[in-house]
Amino acid sequence: MRDVAVIGVGMMKWGELWEKSLRDIYVEAALNAIDDAGVDRVDSLYIGCMSGGLFNGQEHLGSLMADYLGLGPLPAVRVESACASGGLAFRQGWMEVASGISDVVLVGGVEKMTDVGGDEATYALSTAADQTYEGYHGITFPGLYAMIARAYMDQYGATSEQLAAVAVKNHLNGSNNPYAQYPHKVTVEQVVNSVMVADPLHILDCSPITDGAAAVVLCPMSMVSDLTKGKRPTVKITGSGHSTDTIALHARDDLTWFGATERAAAAAFKMAGRKPSDIQVTEVHDCFTIAEIGVTEALGYFERGKGAAAAADGLTAIGGPKPVNPSGGLKSKGHPVGATGVAQIVELVKQLRGECDDRQIAGARLALAQNMGGSGGSTVVHILEGE
Amino acid sequence: MKSQPAYWRERPQFYRMEAGKCTACGKICYPPRLICPVCQARTFEKINLPLEGKLLTFTVVRVAPSKFVDQAPYAIGLIETDGGGRLMAQIVDCDPDSLAIGQEVKLEFRKISADGEAGIICYGHKGVPA
Repeated sequence: MRDVAVIGVGMMKWGELWEKSLRDIYVEAALNAIDDAGVDRVDSLYIGCMSGGLFNGQEHLGSLMADYLGLGPLPAVRVESACASGGLAFRQGWMEVASGISDVVLVGGVEKMTDVGGDEATYALSTAADQTYEGYHGITFPGLYAMIARAYMDQYGATSEQLAAVAVKNHLNGSNNPYAQYPHKVTVEQVVNSVMVADPLHILDCSPITDGAAAVVLCPMSMVSDLTKGKRPTVKITGSGHSTDTIALHARDDLTWFGATERAAAAAFKMAGRKPSDIQVTEVHDCFTIAEIGVTEALGYFERGKGAAAAADGLTAIGGPKPVNPSGGLKSKGHPVGATGVAQIVELVKQLRGECDDRQIAGARLALAQNMGGSGGSTVVHILEGE
Repeated sequence: MKSQPAYWRERPQFYRMEAGKCTACGKICYPPRLICPVCQARTFEKINLPLEGKLLTFTVVRVAPSKFVDQAPYAIGLIETDGGGRLMAQIVDCDPDSLAIGQEVKLEFRKISADGEAGIICYGHKGVPA
């Protein structure tokens, strides 16, 4: 297997991009990544997208995006794993380069969610749950994570204020990210007094509906200097892990534990020869505040039941011992579901290159990305290392 | 030609709470499966989940998917039935603020939703505090 580098990254400011189409935002991010890498060729495309079908009535994204990217009739694969589609597309792209099948692979992620109304978007997202035995009864994703939050708070005595600390931190981080959809700061009081979506989760515990795309360019380590002429610090992918869990929450033995994250992280740490305490900057899937708390435990950063207090005590803040989501996370940056996993890589590559200005983690050399689908039914973890 | 709706094939589970009990390890699977996720045995005894259980966790959905907008807000939770089978169900005929984890519930046969323009009724079970 060949060692693989990320040599280019690109995205755009996310939000409600009324004037831009699904294909427009994908191509914009892809061209930004290609320009950042400075490459004059791409051999193959991977596109993470959860539901072009339900959000836009558009499938066959491989053909559509290869066509509009305009670089010729490239092989193109659309990857779907609900909200982990982007992270999984990145893993598939890494495999294609590592295996020697292709040299220069462009991995993009895209979701255009505002072409449908709010209840239709809620429905489209709910298809990531077990449609026949969860969706049938009217559950939503905020509802599923609310059930996880209720069980966690009951089991460990966590409070709504501790959950809110995650939103406060991520909005503060996002206020320094020019790409963030909601770059405004919030307070604990604002979060716990915001409208209830699914008890005990308030609207400010939830990530938003977003239009956006992100893209990265991969190549073998052995070709980096030829392709990029050494103009950027090199970022190497040293660990990749992927696991699944039951799709239905009720089939899970421990409702408060993200087992797929634990297993994917274990695989990535083993491949990289690293351990949780080595990681200096982390992007996790904070689709809801409770998700970031549970994931920081499943990654091995904090003991079971201690993640909520860790967030409230500032341990995951920029400047804290274990900074998480310096980009603002899904919460502030936005969550165009298929793009999220790729955007995590974009942020970490910029962190490892030292390009993050006011949200930079000083001297970061080891980074981890965790991208999760459904209520934890699939998870992808990557470890990246800078120079 | 499509001769039957997808809903039709789920009737044993929706109407009669049919589940599979692994003959090797005793794992109860609702809905039934072809292979046991615990021990990989492939033979199951067909059982009906008991209609009594307790609430493992719950929420109140206030922003609902399209088909359930008219019902919101509604309580919905995970129920472990006596013997260990688990399922998701709405919790009705109660003040949602009075619910607590561990609450005993009975499962009752109820209307779940109405499908399509003709309003075909989909049935299933909902929890009622015991």
